[in-house]
Amino acid sequence: MIWSSFHEFILMHGYGGYVWGSFGLTALLMVLEFRQLRKINQSIFSENLPS
Amino acid sequence: MEYKNPTNPPIAQPINWFAFASPSRFYQLSQKIILLCWILFLITATAGLILGLLFAPTDAVQGDSYRIIYIHVPAAWMSMILYLAMAFWASIGLIFNARLAYRFAISIAPTGALMTFIALWTGALWGKPTWGTWWVWDARLTSELILLFLYIGYLSLYYSIHDERKAAKASSLLAIVGAVNVPIIYFSVKWWNTLHQGATITVSKAPSIEQTMLIALLLMTAAFWLYAFAVIFTRVNQRSLIDESHTDWVQQILRGRGQA
Repeated sequence: MIWSSFHEFILMHGYGGYVWGSFGLTALLMVLEFRQLRKINQSIFSENLPS
Repeated sequence: MEYKNPTNPPIAQPINWFAFASPSRFYQLSQKIILLCWILFLITATAGLILGLLFAPTDAVQGDSYRIIYIHVPAAWMSMILYLAMAFWASIGLIFNARLAYRFAISIAPTGALMTFIALWTGALWGKPTWGTWWVWDARLTSELILLFLYIGYLSLYYSIHDERKAAKASSLLAIVGAVNVPIIYFSVKWWNTLHQGATITVSKAPSIEQTMLIALLLMTAAFWLYAFAVIFTRVNQRSLIDESHTDWVQQILRGRGQA
């Protein structure tokens, strides 16, 4: 572990906004894509097939 | 095929690879692969994030802003690889008129576009602290932006044509022509004098990167591959279930899940 405190880890020596902005949006987009696929799956298996 | 006669047991047969070109066979095989991909994705992503964010040292030149590499580089690689995969399946679809190949191409596109967007977004967030600007119109960045437009163009063309076959053919042609852009992106840092740095990791040279950083980057790359496989296979299977809802194999699957 290279960080001495949680606070230091979050701040990333001043680059926190850039780093967390990158990791955060990527995680968000992946979760959204996953949820969208799950929604389609549920609609397929809830007997009334779309189309 | 079933062997009901006990006096005539099944003998080992060579694997018929073309069997997997049938959507029902592909569905059964890939459902297992998808689950495995998700499990391995969680393991590699967790390990990569812990190593990259908690244990990899701070970069001497770029400070901690360099940690964006753990997303930026895998996403940029995937954006190009997925485009080539999409163009490959599009051409297989055109040559053999294979519906599963078309289905692969159209299922790859949204995830490819997502990866391209992530590469551009993280690139902007990395560019600001290191170059002093969110965006420059240099060769690498511009060609990557064109890649995003190609994905969007492919998807819009596909969904704007109502006739399924015509849509698949027209958009496949666009995908194949657009593949010229991928080598341009890859070699742009060599061909032109750009602000974007050259490749950190190449096949021919030893990587110019510290050990912990390299392992973290490789783990994150594996995670992105696994994510892409899981999501794309899921999308292919969903398309198979919807497009072939009238067939026996789909009805069987729907009924099977309904009872469970």
